[in-house]
Formats: sequence, C-alpha cells, structure tokens
Amino acid sequence: MSAADTTTPAKVPPPRQAPPPPAAPNKPRRSRTSGSAGTPWLLLAPCLLILGLVMGYPLVRLVTLSFQKFGQSQLWGFQPAEWVGFDNFSGVLGDSEFWQVVVRTIVFAAGSVIFTMVIGMLIALLLQRVSGWVKTMVNIVLVASWGMPIIVATTVFKWLFDSDYGILNALLSKLPGVDLVGHNWFASGPQGLAVIMLLVVWGAVPFVVITLSAGLTQVPAELEEAARLDGAGAWGVFRFVTLPILKPIIVMLTTLSVIWDMGVFPQVFVMRDGHPEDDFQLLTTYSYKRAFEINDYAQGSAIALITVVLLLGVVAVYMRQMLKIGEVE
Amino acid sequence: MSAITTGRTSSATRRPRKSKAGWNLLGILVFLTAGFPVYWMLNTAIKPAKDTIDPDPSLFPTGFTLDNFRRALAIADFWGPVGRSLIVSLSVVGIGIVVGLLAALAISRFAFRGRKIVIVGILAVQMVPLVAMIIPVFLLLNDLEQYDKLSGLIITYLTFILPFTVWTLRGFIVNIPRELEEAAMVDGCSRTGAFIRVVFPLLAPGMVATSVYAFIQAWNEYIYALMLLSQQHQTATVWLGNFTTKHGTEYAPMMAGSTMMAVPIVVLFLLVQRKMAAGLTAGAVKG
Repeated sequence: MSAADTTTPAKVPPPRQAPPPPAAPNKPRRSRTSGSAGTPWLLLAPCLLILGLVMGYPLVRLVTLSFQKFGQSQLWGFQPAEWVGFDNFSGVLGDSEFWQVVVRTIVFAAGSVIFTMVIGMLIALLLQRVSGWVKTMVNIVLVASWGMPIIVATTVFKWLFDSDYGILNALLSKLPGVDLVGHNWFASGPQGLAVIMLLVVWGAVPFVVITLSAGLTQVPAELEEAARLDGAGAWGVFRFVTLPILKPIIVMLTTLSVIWDMGVFPQVFVMRDGHPEDDFQLLTTYSYKRAFEINDYAQGSAIALITVVLLLGVVAVYMRQMLKIGEVE
Repeated sequence: MSAITTGRTSSATRRPRKSKAGWNLLGILVFLTAGFPVYWMLNTAIKPAKDTIDPDPSLFPTGFTLDNFRRALAIADFWGPVGRSLIVSLSVVGIGIVVGLLAALAISRFAFRGRKIVIVGILAVQMVPLVAMIIPVFLLLNDLEQYDKLSGLIITYLTFILPFTVWTLRGFIVNIPRELEEAAMVDGCSRTGAFIRVVFPLLAPGMVATSVYAFIQAWNEYIYALMLLSQQHQTATVWLGNFTTKHGTEYAPMMAGSTMMAVPIVVLFLLVQRKMAAGLTAGAVKG
C-alpha cells in the first residue's frame, strides 16, 4: 500500500495535464503507463502467496503423489515415498470398477447439467410471462433454496425420501395404481443417484434462473418485436434472437455446472451415511475411498488427477469466455 | 406505421389477459415444487415428534412445539461447533476481503505485464475441483502441523473464496467509472486518496455483498471441515452431517437442527443475493 502512496501520484497527473485530443486511442495507452510496474504486483502479492501455498503447492503435490507409492507407512513417515512411474495409473485404469465409476460420473453430471439448464431456462422464460406477485414469490423461493447449505438440503432430501415415513412415498402412494409404501429409494444405485441428481438440480436451478433472468432483461425488446413482425413465432424469436444474445451467459453457466456437477461429493457422502455403496460411487467419492479408507493416497491422487484432466476441456471453454469478458473494460 | 401499432396493442392487451392466468398457475406450481423441501423442513421441525412417524403424514402443521429444537441441542454439543464455524468463517471473510480487494484493484485498475496470466491463473484456480485437492491439502497441513487446527482450515478456505472474491470485486470495480477517480486526482487527491474518498464508498455495497457471500461459502463447507478437523473440533456442518449418521432415525430433531443451520444463512443470502447476481453477471452480456 505504501508503495502505491508514494510512487503513483507523481506519475499519474502528468499525462492528464497534457492535452489529449484523440480521446479514444489515447485512453488505453494512458492506463497502461499509469502506476509503476511494481505496484500491481505488490497488491497481488498476498493473494498469490496464499493461492500458491494452499492451491499451487498441493496441485503440484497431487501430480507427484500420483507417481509415487504413498500409503499409511509413508504418511506416518516410517518409509520414504518411492517413485513408481505410471504404476498407479495403470492400476487405476486397469480396474474395471474404475471405468464403471467414470461412466456413472459422466452420466450423472451430464444428466444434472442438462436438467439444470433446461429447467432453469424454462423457469426464466416463465418468469417473464407471469404477474409481478407470482414472480416475487418464485424468486423468494428460488433464492431460499439457493441459499440452503448443501448439507442441510441433503439432510432434508433424505427425510423427504425416507422409506418408512418420507412424505414423498406417502404422497405418491395416494396416486391411483402407485404403491410406494416402504419403498427404499436407495436400495439401488441408479434410483438413489436419481434422487441425488434431483437434489443437485434443485440446488443448482436457482442460480441459473436468476442469472438467465438478468440476461433476459438485456435482450432488447425492439429486436424481439422486429423478429415477430418478420413472422417469427415464439420458438423462432427464442431460437434466433434470445438464444444468440444469451449465448455467453449460457456457455458460462453450462461450463460452471459441468465443473460443479462433476465435483458432487457431500450430497452422495451424507446421503449414504459416510459410506457410499459401490454402485453409488462417483469419481470424487471413489478417489476419497481409495485414499482415506483403503489408505492408498497415491491411487486416490491418480483418480483425482484423472478427474481434473477430464475437466480441462470444459475449463478451457469457460476460460475463453471469461477472458473475452475480462478484456472488455 | 398504423398497422404496426395496432398489431402491437392488440397483442399487448389481448394476449396477456387471456394467457397470464395459465402462466401464473404454472408459476405457482414452480413455487410449490421448489419451495416444498424448505417448507417440509420447517414443518417437521415445529410439529410434535410423534407426528413425524405417522405413516400417513399430514401436509399441514399438526401443532407447534419447540421440543425438537431442545432435543437437537441436547443430543450433541451445538454451540461449540457453531462457535468454531463462526471463528473460521469470520476470519476467512476478514482476511479474504482485504487480500481480495488489493488483488482486484491490481487487475482492474493497473495494466502491467503478466496481468493476463494472473487473471487466467486466478480463474483457473477457481475451476480446480476442490474435492480433488483433499488428499494433498490434507498431507500439506499434516506436514505443517496444522491438522486439526482452526488456522489450517482458515487458510484452506481462503484459497477457496479468494478467486471468487477477486473476480467479483473486480466486476464491481470495473463498473465504477475511472473518470471519477481521475477527476478526484485532478482536484489534487493522491491515487490512494482518490480510492478512499471516491471509489471505496461506491464499492462498499459490493464489498458487503461479497463478504456475506464468502461467509456463507465458508460456513457451508463440509468435506474439508470433516477431513481437517477431528471429532471434538467439528464445525457446524459436520455437526449436522454426523447428526445424520448417528441419529438417522430421529428426523424431527434433525430437521430442527437443519432449520437452525439454514435459517440465518438463507436470510443473509436473501439480503445480498440481488447484489451478487448482478456482480456475477456484470459484463457477461457485454462480452
């Protein structure tokens, strides 16, 4: 801070005093020269230090760990960690259970993202058409469910879907021809994961709706009007006017959702009382199990690393989008 | 021209009146479905415990009692975990907002070599799935003898909220016209003075919102709190998680516990959400 005090004021005023006739091209140049080179780095230092220590270093460690043998005895320091090359990866990749987990995770994440985005878009469009009071009611409920801590939401869903006293079984059984009294939703993986997907979607939709609603207000009414006059139906207006304008937001939301939904952990973990069964395992819980239950930290890291690599493509799309925004200032 | 205006008015007056009721009905349906889990949590928390194990539960409250809350508080120490959660979350916010503001200023108000790399780096860090980092963070804190210490958890959470804090604050700063600062500097303010007198007051609401959001993030975190702290130092979320595992059948006090955990957070969230949503998407459309 002190460097900012002493170095910048001396340097900033002069360019201002010089008459700047061509305003537009001069502006970026001026901002580029203002401030000494050290000031921004000084401001960034604490942030980078923390991120480097607790993010950068572990990230490197994650990579090195997955090429080592690292179990209980290495954790307690009885044995040094030993380099084993690609052993962990070949161990993981050669395991048929791992591939089942990968497929399950991808199906789960894809389902969650698609449902989240489609439902979110539908609700956002719906909110444009309802009366003000309905909009307010829906918004309050959405924000409330968005703000619910994940652990609380998971606990509540567990209760809703309880086999004996859950309200859902009782309500569904009231429908003619449906008998779900005592039905255990978590007896099998696919059904249990569907419930967890519902929980994830329920928690993720509000963010999508609120962000898309904000985006929808920026769609110029004249454009929609013009499209309508040119004979576009409701779908045509949406497809050729609304969607292209919202595209940056949609790309951002989708990539974020993919990253979040690939990282689902507490929902499965708490829903299954801390010990997810084999057909509930997702990449995250599987990595956790390998590391902390089987005490093979190296293989756990290898699985986590594979997850990160799987996500890199998505991250790249997100980053490109964000950088585009970052450059517009 | 007249054809256009009549076309517009007819569609503007006739269509809404006819179909708004249908849309409203659909909206109310969304309201009921989305709100049901929250309603059911509150309902279960306040109704007598014996009514929660009714095989044919009533959809509406059957009575009002605070017994479930008393029971939830009696089952396991509640205020200890809440106190620890408060210490951790408030420290994270206090440090995070200062560090984050400095970094946000650097990337939004300065142009320097490497700026783009820093932005990419901060964004990239945000994208690393946190769950993937448990193992190395656990080993790191183990080596630093920070395992089972609140300070270890605080520094871990800082890395989770910093990228987000920097990015959001940057969004708020970018929306404050640079000309305001320049005008103040022309009038004789130093750069720091211009920031404190001009930018800071405009930034304050955004900072409050970002702080609250960061607080919520830290408060809600579960996995790292579970992994990095032992049972006797557990935080509030772990308290609730363990509640599930140890007393899985006692749903009434569990919902009371959930209510105590959720209501303050949801209220906070309701207060800042509008501001945050604006900050999160600021610029998204411009791009």
